[in-house]
Amino acid sequence: MATLMSGAKILLECLVREGVDCIFGYPGGVTLPLYDAMYENPIRHVLVRHEQNACFAAEGYARSTGRVGVCCATSGPGATNLVTGLVDALMDSIPVVAITGQVSTGLIGSDAFQEADTFGITRSCTKHNYLVKNIGDLPQVIHEAFHIASSGRPGPVLVDIPKDIFQGQAHYVPVSSIHLPGYKVFTEGHTGQIRRAAQMIWQAERPFVYAGGGIVASGASAELREFVELIDAPAVNTLMGLGALPADHPNFISMPGMHGSYAANMGMSGSDLLIALGVRFDDRVTGRLAAFAPHAKVIHVDIDPSEIGKNRAADLPIVGDCKRVIARLNKVLTETAPAEAGRNSEARRNWWRQIRQWKEEHPLTPAFSTTEIKPQHLMVEIDRISNGRAIVSADVGQHQMWAAQFIRFNEPRLWLNSGGLGSMGFGLPAAIGAAFANPDKIVFAVVGDGGFQMSIPELATMANYGLNVKVVVMNNGYLGMVRQWQSLFYNNRLCAVELEAFPDAAKLAGAYGFTGRTIESPADLVPALQEAIREPGPYLLNVRVSPNENVYPMVPAGAAINEMVLGPPKPVAVPK
Amino acid sequence: MLQVISLLVENKPGALMRITGVLSARGYNIESLTVARTLDPTLSRMTIVVDVDARLRTAVIKQMNKLLNVLQVSDLTDSPAVSRELVLLRIRTSQEARTAILKEAEIFGARVVDSSLEGFAIEATGDTEKMDEFINVMRSYGDIDVTRSGLVAVSLDPKKLRLSGPVPAGMAAEKLQLTDGVLNG
Ligand SMILES: Cc1ncc(C[n+]2csc(CCOP(=O)(O)OP(=O)(O)O)c2C)c(N)n1
Ligand SMILES: [Mg+2]
Repeated sequence: MATLMSGAKILLECLVREGVDCIFGYPGGVTLPLYDAMYENPIRHVLVRHEQNACFAAEGYARSTGRVGVCCATSGPGATNLVTGLVDALMDSIPVVAITGQVSTGLIGSDAFQEADTFGITRSCTKHNYLVKNIGDLPQVIHEAFHIASSGRPGPVLVDIPKDIFQGQAHYVPVSSIHLPGYKVFTEGHTGQIRRAAQMIWQAERPFVYAGGGIVASGASAELREFVELIDAPAVNTLMGLGALPADHPNFISMPGMHGSYAANMGMSGSDLLIALGVRFDDRVTGRLAAFAPHAKVIHVDIDPSEIGKNRAADLPIVGDCKRVIARLNKVLTETAPAEAGRNSEARRNWWRQIRQWKEEHPLTPAFSTTEIKPQHLMVEIDRISNGRAIVSADVGQHQMWAAQFIRFNEPRLWLNSGGLGSMGFGLPAAIGAAFANPDKIVFAVVGDGGFQMSIPELATMANYGLNVKVVVMNNGYLGMVRQWQSLFYNNRLCAVELEAFPDAAKLAGAYGFTGRTIESPADLVPALQEAIREPGPYLLNVRVSPNENVYPMVPAGAAINEMVLGPPKPVAVPK
Repeated sequence: MLQVISLLVENKPGALMRITGVLSARGYNIESLTVARTLDPTLSRMTIVVDVDARLRTAVIKQMNKLLNVLQVSDLTDSPAVSRELVLLRIRTSQEARTAILKEAEIFGARVVDSSLEGFAIEATGDTEKMDEFINVMRSYGDIDVTRSGLVAVSLDPKKLRLSGPVPAGMAAEKLQLTDGVLNG
């Protein structure tokens, strides 16, 4: 049964059929017909204050739920403002569908008002993109966009829709199937390879599990946990994978990489079998690639064939979805365990002894002081108060690394952060998106004083919708991460990193109609966090922390990950 | 080192841009690129010759294979394949050299497609080295203008085309469970 409908209505109908309940967007000239259709549509439109934040909010929605996040912008400046968010979602494999308006088909290419080549600009910023030139293609394209965004290795898909397509009328026939012959998704993994993986695992003396964002994306936490227990190996979660294996799990070591723990990095370096699950051997994890895990054979499971062998050759590649492959691997391991499990028990015991020794030698230790709030102390208290249940959305910088080190996540999708792109300004809008998707959860936006100021317009969105977002600014008065590098590697010649003139938090939040507060004494920390949680709706807590603290351990650029700098240089004792 | 890539792609706007984007994003210079419809008018066959670091050859193929509009990619650099280039050459020459030019053209299996008082237009096909040679020889007889088609290649070792089948539309979240069943062939 075909009904005559406008393109705008057809679009919304397709979104409803995709289960979309919320769009983060910002209107403009060419999307007027779309917004007119939204006037009477059940989908909620959330008006953010900048299109970049529409995309970040859609990411927050997607990262915290696994469902596709949707954002919308007008042509020209609206579309170009989305670009950072799209690349962010691409780098971290986050399912997002972006709808942009375009000038009418007859005007494309004429330098019309607010025309930009969105299709061209976003080609390399998306997993796939579309420019709709015929209203008849619209339903097909929208359903394809959702399918592409959410399947295989997830990612952002942009659909550019000219104004006359929104306005045009067509007989809408619901699309029942889509056909993308060139879209190859391999999920199951090769049976023979899975069997060989099991053999390698039993033969290994020092196995080590390196699990990342792919586990979160495929919802493979339960399978990962079973796997780690079956083989009783130490395991790390990358920055993108925190929560994939519960932080409280006895086999969990911590995060590896540039600011990873000593035990995590030494474990990788000493292992003879690295089991890489949904990871991409990012340079922030591997340090100097040539010296990374030099004794290890590598089993690499990933849904994206182009990740395999990209940075580190895999001795045993398995292309597939982590959830399916690990489940099948667990089955083989369970079958073969009676005959094989005890094979290297002596070596395995020694390996665990070694790992524990590394953990005890240099644990991640937060700094405390009675006179000033140490940044690590702040994270420890956020950890305590959220008790593994709150969503924590971080920005980019030192605070992000301390949050990753000291806040424990016992479930996936609680820890949101911009891993691959490292986009400052991500934390607060992503928290907004997560708050819409999780109205019953507390959402912390843990941000730096720099990144916060990139997101300030969204305080209005928080106030507008009365969102349960608790913004905690770790205020060190600096672009701290850049200051750290200038201080360690550029002779402390600090240039363009002092953040003077930070606004008064009470007045700032007050101006938007909610509570804000600045604290600097350690004694106020817990009461202030409690107040933030007690008070319904948004809250801004500006925490002045010791300004010159650096994040350790640290793998300097170009070093191997077992060449960590564990702490600040010790002051040399002056001889009497 | 020069890599010869053969692609079967959907004939859709933006497809070419996506494919060349894989190369330009990495700063590779394309030596030649040819594209034309296949028997199925919705598909095109493309041959690209590009200077790629030998270690990154498989990475480039994998990246191209990931593109939705790409149905098949093969690296023909070291696999059995026939490759040809077409050269259209205009030569201005003196009356005395005309016979010699026709002789040379014959040696290269080239065909005269236009003849005038000033000279000839000649078409030749062959592999790249042979065409280089042909052009060099002709240059010795007079002023030339050359248009080369770039390499077209056909694999002699055809891979089976693996395509994905249709999937149900709507409620993307519930389809995350798709299995390899979407692949036929
Ligand atoms: C959009 C963007 N611009 C610049 C950078 C480079 N950068 C990385 S961390 C950082 C400092 C962040 O400062 P702040 O938000 O105060 O966090 P802190 O490191 O002090 O915790 C900068 C400038 C970036 N990651 N993103
Ligand atoms: Mg700062």
